[in-house]
Amino acid sequence: MNHWPFIIAAYGLTLGGTALLLLVAFVRMRRFEKRAEELKRR
Amino acid sequence: MHRFANPTRFLKFARPATWVCLSLGLLLLVPGIYGGLFITPPDYLQGDSARILYVHVPAAWLGMAGWSGLAAASIAQIVWRHPLAFVAAQATAPVGAVFAALCLATGSIWGRPTWGTWWEWDGRLTSMLILFFLYLAYIALADADRERGGEGRIAAIFGIAGTAILPVIHYSVLWWNTLHQGQSISFVRGESSIAEELFWPLPLTAGGFTLLFAAAVLMFMRAELARGRVEARLRRQAEGQR
Repeated sequence: MNHWPFIIAAYGLTLGGTALLLLVAFVRMRRFEKRAEELKRR
Repeated sequence: MHRFANPTRFLKFARPATWVCLSLGLLLLVPGIYGGLFITPPDYLQGDSARILYVHVPAAWLGMAGWSGLAAASIAQIVWRHPLAFVAAQATAPVGAVFAALCLATGSIWGRPTWGTWWEWDGRLTSMLILFFLYLAYIALADADRERGGEGRIAAIFGIAGTAILPVIHYSVLWWNTLHQGQSISFVRGESSIAEELFWPLPLTAGGFTLLFAAAVLMFMRAELARGRVEARLRRQAEGQR
């Protein structure tokens, strides 16, 4: 059995999942910090 | 720890720390992943599929370490009533859940060429799946509590009680004669049964993923603190208009 499709799937899932997690965390952080700054300036 | 219980002091530390964790994490991860995929030789028994170890093992460690962090924050929340403790526990839960899910998924992918099956209800796999469900339950509990304006005490008690699953996961391969292989690395004894030429990328990927885990937690904490400031300001504005 060729193992490489399984290896690529495992690495792709882990790296993609971690990247998506970091992106969601970053977008959420930026959105609330921007909103807090806007309200502070008003 | 008490020093950082103040949100302003914490933010002063968290803003640069987020970027340090992100960049250092990537710096460790790139050579670790490259080494694991292209430099290390195939395992004598499992062949190339053993390369999945470099992403699966850090995901498993972080899935469990995440709950330990969540439980420690829950203890701080109940005992010392630290204002940041609930924020820290809430921020850790989704990150830990993602890594627990990645551990299950990569383990399943590894299991197909190694064991000939995607899933087996053995002690290690089942206890890890329970940990994943505990994360989901904590997230639901904490959200419900926050929406009701609570301090998250029920979620904190759940977080502490949930630590009971950690020794079950750890010792599952010893307590039950299961399909999952036994422990290869012991932190307590500082030993590893993995050959040196296969082992070296693991500390790099484990360190890299740990730093990315920390960066994600810091970003979720910053988001939660900013959300609190937004809600407080909007509440004050609404009260001023009355």
